Amino acid sequence: MGIEVIVEGLTKSFGTQTVWQDVTLTLPPGEVSVMLGPSGTGKTVFLKSVIGLLKPERGRVLVGGVDMVNSPERDIYEARKLFGLMFQDGALFGSLNLFDNIAFPLREHTRKKESEIRRIVMERVEMVGLLGAEGKLPGEISGGMRKRAGLARALVLDPQIILCDEPDSGLDPVRTSFISQLLIDLNAQIDATMLIVTHNLDIAATVPDNMGMLFRRELVAFGPRELLLTSDEPVVRQFLSGRKDGPIGMSEEKDEATLAREQVGGHSLPTAPRRVAPQLEPSPGLPPRQAVQRRRARVLAMWDQLPAATREAVQAGLVPAQGEPA
Amino acid sequence: MTAPIRVPGAGPEPSPPPARAALPRRPVPGTGALRETGQLMTLAATTVRDTFRRPFQMRELIEQFWFVASVTILPAALVSIPFGAVIALQVGSLAQQLGAQSFTGGASVLAVIQQASPLIVALLIAGAGGSAICADLGSRKIREELDAMEVMGVSPVQRLIVPRVLATMLVAVFLNGLVSVVGTAGGYFFNVIVQHGTPGAYLSSFSALAQLPDLYISEIKAVIFGFIAGIVAAYRGLHPKGGPKGVGDAVNQSVVITFLLLFLVNVVLTAIYLQLVPQKGA
Ligand SMILES: Nc1ncnc2c1ncn2[C@@H]1O[C@H](COP(=O)(O)OP(=O)(O)O)[C@@H](O)[C@H]1O
Ligand SMILES: [Mg+2]
Repeated sequence: MGIEVIVEGLTKSFGTQTVWQDVTLTLPPGEVSVMLGPSGTGKTVFLKSVIGLLKPERGRVLVGGVDMVNSPERDIYEARKLFGLMFQDGALFGSLNLFDNIAFPLREHTRKKESEIRRIVMERVEMVGLLGAEGKLPGEISGGMRKRAGLARALVLDPQIILCDEPDSGLDPVRTSFISQLLIDLNAQIDATMLIVTHNLDIAATVPDNMGMLFRRELVAFGPRELLLTSDEPVVRQFLSGRKDGPIGMSEEKDEATLAREQVGGHSLPTAPRRVAPQLEPSPGLPPRQAVQRRRARVLAMWDQLPAATREAVQAGLVPAQGEPA
Repeated sequence: MTAPIRVPGAGPEPSPPPARAALPRRPVPGTGALRETGQLMTLAATTVRDTFRRPFQMRELIEQFWFVASVTILPAALVSIPFGAVIALQVGSLAQQLGAQSFTGGASVLAVIQQASPLIVALLIAGAGGSAICADLGSRKIREELDAMEVMGVSPVQRLIVPRVLATMLVAVFLNGLVSVVGTAGGYFFNVIVQHGTPGAYLSSFSALAQLPDLYISEIKAVIFGFIAGIVAAYRGLHPKGGPKGVGDAVNQSVVITFLLLFLVNVVLTAIYLQLVPQKGA
């Protein structure tokens, strides 16, 4: 089963610029979580802080007893073996072909025979749909392919925590659907804790168990997906409906004057839907996701704290899970 | 579940977000330089420590050794001939003014071996090898290859920087030998053929003034200079500021910083050597 990731009071700045502050959330073990946010709100910085590449000034990130912020470097290196991180641009080694790139972690951390390595790598290559391209150098393939190769490399050691930085960017809509399905299938197969950073609305609506949003240097909200999908908070509404009106502007946020002017005109944001799109199911033939049961228990335990709209959406979502397809 | 559920829209609006720079702290001048120096030292220490960590990257070391050697050997040989000649000419005419022609050979050899050779070697290694190392690491850094390595639990210092620094040090030692020989030969040629000195006087002054420790200090200097060139190149490569343009700047700075450090360290090493080792004929 995946490992719980506990983030407490995390604050990160570069010089005088605070990227976000006091971010507190828990990624429940084995569940899929999505972090939304407009470009430049520090989603990538957040992922890199979780894995210990960037050091936030305050707060901690607990992964199986190791604090990825303050623990000794040796422990952090050890804990990183639990992770698989898919970088925004793939971050493949330019001098190695795709096969060697994907085989890299196996050759570094295991004593497997070359035939065994070949089998595992080709399995992953097939999984991300890169069969036939494994001999190419990263410079010879498209951005979307680099990205999928990066995902294959992140998966090769069967990580217990998977972090994906914008799995959809650079992919066409069809490939994005495939990636969404791939992530859910993956979760069903290895029950890993997953955090996906994205601003793709389809992924946000259909993939995660939990959802959070970063905006204006804050974690606006984090909780079960229904909580955000039914939220009437203007930032969340605007983002999830992809509208121009609302607090999010072209530059990171609108200035007060623009906002006041729009306020006079009245926001034309549609109200939140009462029913949310069903979550993706694992492909036929795969075991059911174990996280579903655990999440149901968790959501029921927090029932009293949820707004009415969220409860409704949760209840509606429980029906197809219990029997007939929706 | 320990995550707070901040229910949107419930209750009064939370306090407004703080302004971007709540406390516009102005950094104290000089702290930047101090911090950089500290980070450079830390990298040097980590590199030394990781040199002894298994598995040793032999292949990478050989590749880097060949690379650095191949870009420095020819220019080193070409530079050292005129350098030996210039020193022979200068020392020769000075010795003549002082009436000590018979010591020309030994004096110019000492100047070549102790001063010129290690510096020529280090400048070439920093300028040709170090700049390439810096550019290579810098572009890997901005392509996030180094981050990816760290995420996969592999230390870029142990994997990439240790072999590169060892390569610059080894090349420095070998190249220093080469430059010393070529420079001395160049000096001999100018002294004996051009300035009409006698080969016998050249060689006897050699044994009157020079001693084996002169060669040792030359090689010690070369090793230390090679280390500095390697570390500075690696350090600048690891910290390019903002994008591909930053890599270009980093290469530039790495060469300039290395040159400055080399001359500084050279003064210190020379002073220590002359204090500690009694000079022949003094
Ligand atoms: N290494 C860095 N040094 C300085 N500022 C950075 C660095 N990395 C990111 N930032 C800043 O942090 C902010 C968030 O960046 P990022 O996490 O890449 O956004 P996102 O992934 O959400 O689009 C940006 O304003 C960016 O300029
Ligand atoms: Mg990003």
